[in-house]
Amino acid sequence: MKKIEAIIKPFKLDDVKEALMGIGIQGLTVSEVKGFGRQRGHKEVFRGAEYQIDFVPKVKIEIVIDSSALGQALALIGEKAKTGSIGDGKIFVSSVEQAVRIRTGESGKDAL
Amino acid sequence: MSNIPGKRKGLGLFLLGIFCLVSVAAAAYAGDPTGAETLKKAPGSPVDYVWVLLCAFLVMFMQPGFALVEAGFCRAKNAINLMMKNLMDFVVGSLAFFAVGYALMMGKDWHTVIGISGWFLHGDSYDVHTYLIWIFQVVFAATAATIVSGAVAERIKFPVYLFYSAIISAFIYPVYGHWVWGGGWLSKLPLGVGALDFAGSGIVHAMGGFIGLAGAMALGPRIGKYDEKGRVKPLVGHNIPMAALGVFILWFGWFGFNPGSTLSAHELRISVIAVNTNLAAAAGALAALIFIKLKLGNWDLGMTLNGALAGLVGITAPCAWVEAWAAVLIGLIAGVLACLNVLLLDKLQIDDPVGAVSVHGINGIWGLISVGLFADGTYGNYTTKAPFVTGLFYGGGAGQLIAQLISAAVCIAWAFIMGWITFRIAKVLFSGIRVSPEEEAEGLDYGEHGANAYPDFIVSSYMQR
Repeated sequence: MKKIEAIIKPFKLDDVKEALMGIGIQGLTVSEVKGFGRQRGHKEVFRGAEYQIDFVPKVKIEIVIDSSALGQALALIGEKAKTGSIGDGKIFVSSVEQAVRIRTGESGKDAL
Repeated sequence: MSNIPGKRKGLGLFLLGIFCLVSVAAAAYAGDPTGAETLKKAPGSPVDYVWVLLCAFLVMFMQPGFALVEAGFCRAKNAINLMMKNLMDFVVGSLAFFAVGYALMMGKDWHTVIGISGWFLHGDSYDVHTYLIWIFQVVFAATAATIVSGAVAERIKFPVYLFYSAIISAFIYPVYGHWVWGGGWLSKLPLGVGALDFAGSGIVHAMGGFIGLAGAMALGPRIGKYDEKGRVKPLVGHNIPMAALGVFILWFGWFGFNPGSTLSAHELRISVIAVNTNLAAAAGALAALIFIKLKLGNWDLGMTLNGALAGLVGITAPCAWVEAWAAVLIGLIAGVLACLNVLLLDKLQIDDPVGAVSVHGINGIWGLISVGLFADGTYGNYTTKAPFVTGLFYGGGAGQLIAQLISAAVCIAWAFIMGWITFRIAKVLFSGIRVSPEEEAEGLDYGEHGANAYPDFIVSSYMQR
């Protein structure tokens, strides 16, 4: 089992979610986050004065999937979250040791 | 972002305006700039002046009402842009109406087509009475302009907004306004007492609504509003309490809009007008509430708010000529019309983010027509003297109704066609009237203004496309 954490532009969430549902992903977790990467935030204006926004609003998607679906899921997120301009975000993948569905007690792949 | 050619053209127009202003500034005055003579001739005029000014100030307060409604019904990422637009249409509108709009509308009549005096409020216009009428008229002109901003919200380029606001206040609004209020041909129709519009259902609201329709069609729907199968995907407003406060403020402002249009506190009809205004708003809200409950099963605040506004728009033309029961009926019908039209526009995939066309366009026309149906023959043409205004249901025959229908048709055609032409011209001047898809997704606050209305929060509505 693999966990994908993708940090993307907020308005791309809908596209990514639709695409993931399209390949049978059963659930995902979304959080509103702020942060910066190499983009280093951006400039905004308040009453005529410029100031630096270091932490830009982003959305973090987390999904845990069977390892065999990883390649397809990564490709989809990469395609759907891309605008081609700076600040499109990043995707991180890690291994997951165990998963349990609380209601039934199923574990491993069955719990996904 | 704004483009440079458009800016240069704007600057040129501005300099031309300054030049005109300076070149006429040296002429003599024939008006009454101090008011002393006016007071001597009509010792009762102070109460009228205070009444009209007070009402003008109330109508000005409708500007923040519109700003709150529009910003509340739209997404957080466009809140600055909507506030900015509502500010700027009053700014641009005031100056454009001062320069040419007022003269075209209320100036000395030229062959019942346009007015031709009072440019820059100059010369004879330097007069307390002319200034009184100007301040009352300018808040109405700016209301027509601000209605449009709701229909084009969340996707129009900011410089295009400035451009069309000036065109509306300087030309489109004043010309039709002259035809009805300035002694133009519609007011002289040999039917009934000529086309009537007491406080501007047609002149202000239908005008704004149908220019807005032209704008919404020229722009196309916001990204994500309709899916491939044409189903509606609501782009949910970010602050419903804000929108509700806006509607309360508009309702309050309408007590200046309608009763103030007597232009005199000596017309005691103002109490009748105030009651009719209130009843129609209440009836409109109730009708919309019930309609949407039956359709969707919920007590929906957003639609009920629009229903109240629909009732207010509907009663604006007939408010002085009908009795209370008719005001209730006019409001009920207005509330239902607004709901039906919202559904119709979505079926046609015309994206009107805050319901400007449904509330102001359709019900502005309904208001004009209702004069010809319900006018009860007790009140004259802004006076207690004959000829009295009588509609079809009070034995006045079809004359007044036909005059109203002609005026309504002219209003729709003029507003829509001139609006369409204006947006076509803007398309060339500003190389397109719509922001880029990337900017629309990111929000116009950052794209057009480099700012964020709610910088201390992560706002979920940024997630909507």
